[in-house]
Order: sequence, then structure tokens, then C-alpha cells
Amino acid sequence: MKPAPFEYVDPRTVDEALDHLHRHGEEAKVLAGGQSLAPMLNFRLARPAVLVDINRVAGLDGVTETNGALRVGTLVRQRHLERAIDGRFPLLAAGLKLIGHTAIRVRGTVGGSIAHADPAAELPALLACCDGVILTRGRRGERSIAAAEFFVGPLMTALAPDELVVETRWPLPAPGTGWGLHEVARRHGDFALVGAAALVALSDGQVRSARVAVFGCGATPTRAAAAEATLEGRVPTVALIDDAARAAASKLDPHADLHASAEYRRRVARTLMTRALSDAISRASGSAR
Amino acid sequence: MTPRLIRLTVNGRAYTRSVEPRTTLVDFLRDDLDLTGTHVGCEHGVCGACTVLLDGQPVRSCLLFAIQLDGAVVTTVEGLADGERLHPIQEAFREHHGLQCGFCTPGLLLTAKAFLEEHPAPSDGEIREAIAGNLCRCTGYHFIVDAIRAAAGGVRR
Amino acid sequence: MGAKYFGAAVRRREDPRFLRGEGRYLDDVKVAGLLHAAFLRAPYAHAAIRAIRTERARSAPGVVAVFTFADLETWMKPLPLFGAPPPGLAAAIAFEIRQAPQFALCRDRARYVGEIVAMVVADSRARAEDAAEAIEVDWEPLPVATDMRQAAEAGAPLVHEAWGTNVGVAFTHAIGNVEAAFAGADVVMSETFHIQRYVGMPLESRGAVAVWDRRDGALTTWNSTQVSHFVQQGLASALGLPHHKVRVIAPDLGGGFGTKASGYPEDHLVPIAAIVLGRPVKWVEDRREHMMSAAHARHQIHAISLAARRDGTILGLRDRIWLDLGAYNVWGIVLPYNTVAHLIGPHRIRNMRVDVQAVTTHKTPNAPYRGAGRPETVFAMDRAVDRLARELKIDPAEIRRRNYIRADELPYDFGMPYRDGNPLVYDSGDFPAALEAALKAADYDEFRRGQAALRARGVYRGIGISGYVEGTAIGPFEGATVKVDLGGRVLVATGAVNSGQGHETSFAQVCADALGVPLEHVTVVGGDTAGVPFGVGTFASRSGVTAGNSIADACHQVRAKLVKAAAALLEAAPGDVDIEDGQAFVRGVPASAVPLARVVQASIPTFAKPGVASPDFEATAYHHVPTVTFASAVHVAQVEVDVGTGHVTLLRYVVAHDCGKVINPLIVDGQVHGGVAQGVGGALYEEMVYDEQGQLLTGSLMDYLVPTAMELPPLETVHLEFPSPRNPLGMKGLGEGGAISPPAAIANAIEDALQPFGVDITATPVSPARLLALIRETA
Repeated sequence: MKPAPFEYVDPRTVDEALDHLHRHGEEAKVLAGGQSLAPMLNFRLARPAVLVDINRVAGLDGVTETNGALRVGTLVRQRHLERAIDGRFPLLAAGLKLIGHTAIRVRGTVGGSIAHADPAAELPALLACCDGVILTRGRRGERSIAAAEFFVGPLMTALAPDELVVETRWPLPAPGTGWGLHEVARRHGDFALVGAAALVALSDGQVRSARVAVFGCGATPTRAAAAEATLEGRVPTVALIDDAARAAASKLDPHADLHASAEYRRRVARTLMTRALSDAISRASGSAR
Repeated sequence: MTPRLIRLTVNGRAYTRSVEPRTTLVDFLRDDLDLTGTHVGCEHGVCGACTVLLDGQPVRSCLLFAIQLDGAVVTTVEGLADGERLHPIQEAFREHHGLQCGFCTPGLLLTAKAFLEEHPAPSDGEIREAIAGNLCRCTGYHFIVDAIRAAAGGVRR
Repeated sequence: MGAKYFGAAVRRREDPRFLRGEGRYLDDVKVAGLLHAAFLRAPYAHAAIRAIRTERARSAPGVVAVFTFADLETWMKPLPLFGAPPPGLAAAIAFEIRQAPQFALCRDRARYVGEIVAMVVADSRARAEDAAEAIEVDWEPLPVATDMRQAAEAGAPLVHEAWGTNVGVAFTHAIGNVEAAFAGADVVMSETFHIQRYVGMPLESRGAVAVWDRRDGALTTWNSTQVSHFVQQGLASALGLPHHKVRVIAPDLGGGFGTKASGYPEDHLVPIAAIVLGRPVKWVEDRREHMMSAAHARHQIHAISLAARRDGTILGLRDRIWLDLGAYNVWGIVLPYNTVAHLIGPHRIRNMRVDVQAVTTHKTPNAPYRGAGRPETVFAMDRAVDRLARELKIDPAEIRRRNYIRADELPYDFGMPYRDGNPLVYDSGDFPAALEAALKAADYDEFRRGQAALRARGVYRGIGISGYVEGTAIGPFEGATVKVDLGGRVLVATGAVNSGQGHETSFAQVCADALGVPLEHVTVVGGDTAGVPFGVGTFASRSGVTAGNSIADACHQVRAKLVKAAAALLEAAPGDVDIEDGQAFVRGVPASAVPLARVVQASIPTFAKPGVASPDFEATAYHHVPTVTFASAVHVAQVEVDVGTGHVTLLRYVVAHDCGKVINPLIVDGQVHGGVAQGVGGALYEEMVYDEQGQLLTGSLMDYLVPTAMELPPLETVHLEFPSPRNPLGMKGLGEGGAISPPAAIANAIEDALQPFGVDITATPVSPARLLALIRETA
């Protein structure tokens, strides 16, 4: 199981990388951490003529905090971000720990996971959950794309073939925001069959804002707008949380595969939304006390 | 296609070799450097048999291309023992019957080494999570957990 | 001769090389000038080959040769078939058997996805794969049979047209009077259980290296096989070579589990290529190939009925059994009859009727895998017993107490043959004692007391039991040669192949005791046909018993020779000479002790004098093992079910087992653990899935789910030791047992956890999606 032959370039600057992408178009593939791409190369399912290895591109591996958001360079390894978060974003920290295994996260990059856009992956869903933004660069300049617009289908994004993800921006939840994250996977470290993440802020016992994202349940990570609308401005009771999850689950368009039916995904998405919301609300009220 | 010259350090020894782009790190170690202790189990990053340390951290060597590793520092299982003296983790695996066929063992030893350096007194749950990316088909993991716990000087908790 | 090593938890002698990364597995075998092979495999489950064009592949960079069936026609001999009923069995049961041999390359049609169409040999594996992609085949897809029950019906697409049916093995077998038992029963429980296709999945895949020595007309092939002598026999007959010109070496094996005990096309193709090209050739199976071309396993359906009295006493058993063979019936009666011989297990059931059909389908051929019919049949039986208990409102532990054969009923004669044709008679054991020991270790009563309270809090925990009695160590023999060299050191060579079981340690323990030498003086080599002329191999929990006893026999012969020589040297009567710790001495005269090296050296003739005895300190033994010994165990699993997601967590797993006399308790524990882990895989995670066109959907380890350390709990073992009267060492087989009961124990535990829902589990693996669907059906 050896890859088909390819040429290899390892540009040192973003512009140089973009030149390669422009020149080779659909024939080129960007190699970041390679944890999804390398298996596809080894299986010969991906057969690029040119591999553009961006690992030596300078300036893409920083984690900084500006204007209440974590700015994460595209080459930041998932394992590195786990440590760099340092308590600032517990939801993201919890999500990172669910990605594969240590050896995968040591190499896997944050930007790579976003650009790969696996609908069952944690990072795209968490970025959607926190209203994050993807910063891209192409020869025509920079774009800043909201997560909601970025993920357009399974393994499909708004990224043009000659564009690179250079950074992801993760707005830090306001102090007092509670979080919840639940997923079901066949084994520890596997892609989720289905998962749900929630961020909830309360004020005066009412939900000030609720953000819920579901993953592994359809073509892209999905914000559960119906759940959010059901909760906002109301006192979060068990019954209301259940209503919210049910409303959102009915709007999902889950897929079926080897490991679970669409019906399973819809049903369990509802269960996991309930759990994630309950955790988020209890954490929010815990910190409010 | 077009080969390139790379220089890297493996187990403290410097190597310069010409590599084809499509040669994975594990094939490079095994075929070009004759370090056959690193094993090929799946070539798609699931089994963990090919785990080596890259700059001290565990990685799947089937998911890296050797051409990427100019300047890298790699540790393989052959670099663990100090001459005739086994590394304490190797000793613990032997003492606790933490291996049977031995095929997954090199990957597990390196995963455990990196893990214990960061978690000197792990719980059993932490040990299990740390090695969950290394499939073993022989042991059921029970004695591997015992071995890693013992290597940390710990008792079952 | 004392038991200094036998029974001791000796640290494994093979470990240092494995720990240092110095094991030599198949892919580590390197010879000068090595070429590399890759295969083009069928993309269709059933298709005719209209034409193959290889020109592009032949001219691809680095390619040395491309072989199709037509290119190698003179070399293409039918691959070996196994599993004809032995005389005692054939006399008792009328088997309908159809077997069609496979050829190493598809001749004119492919019968499963992954069957080999062409072989490419090139200067690197990558380039061989490049060229394999360039081979063009005109395929004509044909109708496929994928469902074993439909395939057994008239009118189904045929796998082997000449048969006129897909049924490869069929038979009916009965003991007692099953009609009367069912007629007289208070209650009859019937259910159909499905056991999925799951596999051994050794972490090291298969592979072969072949070197042809033209000068000597001799072939040396390294093969990652559990059965080097079988591979040798197959090659000698296919290549028309004397056996002594075919040397098969099993190097270190990265697991086997039965997957590597089958015969394979590549065993022949790699040597043939080496001979035709006059250059050494290597092929290492990659994981994608392994998924589709290494033998699959399990895959049965049981429509089972139990007849019982109201108190739970089981009176009779009926079972209609289907086995999915895949595309070739390679193993004949082995799996079907193993299934039948182990159905009753520890239960006292005197009336049984089984109707069995083993059916070919357009899928990868099946072969025995750790348990070989037992996990399937035990699943059907123990699930049925639990279902009966539920119907009768009897606790699952209690119903087993009422039905398990008591120790005082042993030897227990079934009145039917075992698979080897000899009477099926349990030799020793205590099944009720194992049951009680397992229940106690698992805190069964305490668990039951806490269960309701947990349930009231929405925590669904369950406990499940499964017991088996396993015919182990099938004969008829294993070969072992023992030699003492000039330095007094001992070489043991055996046909048994070490695939991780620690043979180099446990066989050395047997030898060191039998010969009276330090363990360090013994070297054990397994699986090299040059080491011992006749051998069988490692499978069916057989090597400890068969090779162990052969090694002991050979050692006794060598010891007698050493004693005779030492007596001459020490000028004593042989009856007064003893050997201990590598020293020969006159009993009661410690000062007389001489190292064995001196005994050997004194036996070598010199110019001055003849030796004190013939320097023949060598013996080969083939200990005859006419029939099996019966190992047994009771497993208890505790699980927790998340009723919101269908996710199952295994909380505890207890095994109380008897494998007779134990050579090395550490190794025994390890074998039990490993078996359980594979059984857990079968219970909850692992399945080879095909679609209706016969396409394999589980083509990688991303989809075929081998359990990780996070899915397994700590494993608890209780050892009972009932020596077998059937061999001098009192041993029973061990390797497979752990894998037999987990599917049944875990499914029973899940059903127990979900009793408020009344969920019926009839199939494995119990995936979250399947389980949640069941919960929601009944909720």
C-alpha cells in the first residue's frame, strides 16, 4: 500500500505556497499534519501530482489572544493547542482531547482539520459552535469566512483550490459561560458517530445566549438554531432543554453509514444535545453562584 | 518522483540519504537505515505499530514522508536500551509479561516513554488513554498497563 | 527429575530481542537481490475474465515480470484442501461434502473480491503496485450470492457451478430421543441467533520470501505461517520437489490466531516466481490486502430450541445451523463439526438433533480462527439458556447450577464422536466449581443486590455468564527433536510455531526439567522444517500438549543416553547415575558431578581411545495424541448500558478456567487475557461487512474495529487445575479458550442490564446503533 508517485515541494512562505497551488491547481494537495491526507495517499485514494508541504512555511504556528479571541495559526498542532489553551477555553480543550490519539494530535494541525472538514470531526463543530472565523489567503488576497459559511459539504469547504487556511479565530466564551460536549464513538479516539457541543450564558436565571453545534450528523457540522431559539430568554428547565433538543433534532438531516443509521444519529443527537446543554447550563449556573 | 537529499538524526546517529518523495518514514527507517524494529501494521495511522518519537514526541511513522524530515531528530525502539542494559520501561514490560508476539511492542514502548515523561505518576485510566492509539492483538492490554504502571514506580489505583 | 521449572512463572526468554526491536519478522528477512511482488486482485465478487492485457504493466519502470494464470499454467496446481471426516466420524455420520480447489491465480473467473488475478514482480514494492494498476482486465460481472441462507436455496447464483448447489457440507446428527424430550417438556424456547463474520486480525499481516538455489535445486521460503510443515507439503507436491529440498521457515510471527494456519495462494506464488525468475522474491501483505484476502472467520446462524421442565432442567436441544464458508470450502467438516461437538458444552443434555448446512458464498473464504466454531455455538447455547431462564423466571446462575454436569459424572460420555472420530468423552474438570468460582470472583450476589437500586437511579448495569467445555490439543502428534551439543547445551526443534505464545520459554521449561539442565542451556526453535522432519503446527490450542509431550519424550530418550554415557565415564551403574542442573553424578556422591559437556566430550572417539559411549545424544519423538483433552471455563461479564445512546461499557470481566497442568502461569494468564480481548471484539466491535454485491465495506482498521486499551477492563482470572489423564504432563490446551465465551457472556449481561426493557439480543456485534434500535423497539 504505497502512494502513487508525486512531486514534493516545501515552500518557506505563504506566497510561495500559493504560487505552487496556483500553478498546479487541482493537481496539487496541501500537506499539513497529514493525519488524514497520508492515509488517503497510502491507499491511493488521493493521487496529487504535487504535494505542497506547508510545514516549513514561517509564521503559521502561533497561538495568540487578541480582542477576546484565540488566534490559532494554521500549523499549530492539536497537541500544542491542548497545552496552550491553559484554561481559557475548556470546551475547546475537551474537544481536542477527543481527537484521535496523542500521536495523531502531535502531528495533526488545527488548520488541517478545519480545511479537511470532516463532518464528524470535533474542531469544525467547535469552531461553528463558538462563531469562529477562518482566515484564508489566496493570490487575490485575504478572506475571513465565518465557520457557518465555510463548511459546505462532507470534506467540502468554501476554500478555493489556490487558497490556504492561514489562521482560525476562536472567540473566547464570555466569563461565566457554561459548556458541554458529548459524543458517541465506537471506540475511544474514533470519529464520533454523533456529537454535540454547547455554550450557554445565563443572566438572572434565564438563558442569555445558547449556542449548540452537532457533528457526525449530516454533511457538515450544524448549528442547532431551533434549540438555541427555544432556549434564549427562557428559564432553562429540564423540560425546556428537552424541547429544545427535540426541536433541533427534527431539523437535522443525518446520514447513514456502516456504523449507524440516520435514525440513530437523529435520536442520539437529541440525547447528546440534551446532555451538552444540561452540562453547559449547570456549569454556567455553578459559576454564577 | 524527484529524489532529494535529507540529513537527519536517528537514535543519536546522523544519516544523510537520498529519498523519493513517496517513501514514508517507516519504510525509510526499515529499508534505507535497516532499523527494522519499527513495524508496519496498517499504513493508515490506526494501529500504532510504527510509532516513533519525533523530537521526543510520539508520531505515526507511516503518516510522515521521509523527505519532510530533513533536520529531524528521531528515536526508534533501537535507541531505547543503553547498550546491554534495557530501558526501565523495557524491563517492566518483560517483568510483567507486557508483550506476547512483540509486534506492537516497539510502538507501545515509545508511546509509554513519552507519556511517562509527562505523567510520572499516572492513574490506570490515564495509562489506558495514553496507549489507546496502539493496538495490541495478543495481550488484552492488562499486563501492558501493569508494566507501564510499574515503570512509573506506581501501584494499581 | 524434579519439576524445577514446570509450573514456575519464568520470565520469557524471547522478550529481550522483541523489546530491543530485534525480532525478525517476515518483513525483516532481507536477502541480496530481492525483488518485490504485488498482486492485482479481483474488484468483483463474481465475474468472468474475458481478457487480460499486461503489456503496459510489463513495460512499466522497474518491472521484472507480470504473471497471469496463462503465464504460469504449467505451475498451477490445485491448492490443498482439508477437513475430510476421519474414519470414526465418517462411520457415525453421513456427511454430504463438496470441495472445489482454488488455484493460486484466477483462471477464468473470480469468486470473491480480493482473489488474485495477476502477480507483478518489480524492483520495489511501490513500483510493483504502480504496474499492477496498469493491468487491464475485461470483466463480465456475474450474479452473486452473499446471504448464506439464501445461497443454500435452489436457484441461488452458484459459486461452483459443477456442484449444482452452494452447500459445501451438510449433515444431520442426533443423540438420544429428541422428539420425546420435546413432547414431554413443560416449556420450549426457540430463537434464531446470528454470529457475524469476524477475524483474527494479527497485527503483523501475512508474507513470504522465497529463494531458489538453482545449483542444488532447493527452495528456501520464509513464510509468516503457523504451519510450516503443511506449507512444505503443499509446495513439495505442487512443485514436484523432494520434501528435503523445500525448507520452510516461520520467522518470528506477529500473531497468528488461526489466520496464518490456512494455506494461501501466495504461499505458492512467491516461490514459483522465485524459481521462474531465478531471483529471490518477497511479498508482504498490506493491511488492505489482509482485510480481503486473509481468511475470514465465524459467521453462523443458529435456529435453536431448548425443551425444559418448569424447574429449568433442560431435556432436549434442536438446532438448525448455517455456516458461511465464503467462496471455497477449504476446511470441510472442521468448522461445522466443531460447532456441533461443542454445542452442549457443560450442560447435561442427553437429547439433541442438529441439521447443519455450510454454504459457499461470493466472499473471502473462511477458516478456523481462535475457537473455530466454539464461540459461535457457545453464543447460541448460552443465549438460549439465558432466554429460557428469563422465561422461567429463574436466575441465570441458578439455571446453570441445575444443568451443569457434576464432577462426579466425569468421565462423561456423549455417545457421539469428537471431530477426530474418537468418542466424545469429557476427561476431567469441575464445571460447577468453575461456575461458583467465577460468580464469587465477580461478586455476583452483591451485584444482584445493588442492581435494582442502580436501576432506580437510571443506571443500567447487568451481569452475564457463559461457560464452555473445549476439546483442545487435537492430535495426532507434533514432532520434536532434542540434541545435546559438544558444550553440553541443548537444542530443541519442533514443528510447533511460536506466534507469541512464549514457546521458547515454556518448551525450554519442559526440556530443562525432563533433561535436568538449567533453563539457560536450552534453545528452542519452532517452525523450521529443517529442524524436525515431520510436524503439524500451532493451532487448535494444541502446541503445549502435543509439542510439550513430544519434547518430554525426546528428552527422556536423550537423558537415558546421557545417563548411560555418564555411568561409563563415572564407572558407576546407570541406575545410580542422575542428572541435575546440567551435571551428571553418582547419586549420593556429590563430588562425582561432571558437567554434561564432559559426558558428551568423553563420548567422542579420539586417536587414543573410543568414546565412553556413542556420542549420539539426540532423539526425535512424535508423541501420539489420539484425541483431545477437555479444557473448560466460566466467564462472567459486568456491563453498563447508556440507554440514551446504546453505548456499552464493560465494567468487569472474570474468567475461572481449567487448562490442566500449567507450565508457566504468567503465560497462561496472558493467553486468557488475549483471548478475552478478541472475544470482546466479537461481542461489541468487530465485523467484516459486505454489501449485496459482495463488496467488502470494512476495508481498513478505521472500519474494522479492534478494541483498544480503553474498551477493555482489567481482566480477572481464577485458576482451577484438573490434570488431564490423557497425556503424561497432565496438560490441556489453552490458546483459544479466552475467545470463546465473551460474546455470550457480554450479550447476556447486556440483556440483563436492560431487563426492564425486555430487549432480545440475537446478533453480534452489539453496536450502539443496533442496541438503541432494540431499546426503542421495546420501550
